[in-house]
Amino acid sequence: MEMNRRQFVGTGVGAAAAITLLPSVATAQDVDAAINAFTGGADTSSDGITLIAPEIAENGNTVPIEVDAPGAEAIILLAAGNPSPDVATFNFGPAAGAQAASTRIRLAGEQDVIAIARMPDGTFLRAQQEVKVTIGGCGG
Amino acid sequence: MADNVTPRVRVPREASAGDVVSIRTLISHPMESGQRRDGDGNVIPRSIINRFTCDFNGENVIDVTIEPAVSTNPYFQFSAVVNETGTFNFTWYDDDGSVYEDTADITVA
Repeated sequence: MEMNRRQFVGTGVGAAAAITLLPSVATAQDVDAAINAFTGGADTSSDGITLIAPEIAENGNTVPIEVDAPGAEAIILLAAGNPSPDVATFNFGPAAGAQAASTRIRLAGEQDVIAIARMPDGTFLRAQQEVKVTIGGCGG
Repeated sequence: MADNVTPRVRVPREASAGDVVSIRTLISHPMESGQRRDGDGNVIPRSIINRFTCDFNGENVIDVTIEPAVSTNPYFQFSAVVNETGTFNFTWYDDDGSVYEDTADITVA
């Protein structure tokens, strides 16, 4: 394909914009890799796990998140649109009163928050919620 | 690296045997994500709390692996089951190798 001057300048500007637009956002592959690292590629079902996140977060620097998966061994939290999808992993010990926890997380922009729980029988549960963010929380 | 790191925990003073008690913890820490840049465009190096654990009388309650996406002054709320009088031990692990600890006693009637 022949490229005239105008097209050439346009691609250059586009590439420069893509490079300077940091922090970058995790790709779908990054998210899948993070999920597979936890589940080993196993299927997930959606019953028995609750993820409570606000629909709209005013400030992406502190978004309250609550996750509850009765009987789970561990719960991983992921943010699909952050520079790195990993957020936190909760491992519950024998003295835990419930397999639930809440915390506050950073979200770079509107994106899906994903929680995956590992059950003692080796199955995995997954919950997901979209959060709209007014002010992003990853600096830049 | 991080200055004025102060852990704070809130645990009920008393409970009945077998009760599930709610625990809230907060530690003041900037949680520098490693994504931000200073005025000259240099990346500010990552400096976060990367792990938090809570034990009750030597038995683990929760062990959290923390990534930079957890907010400044990381806050956690969770619950523990108490069968006897004892002490909760809370430990935070900093990227720079520092370990911050706090304890809370609970009396089981």
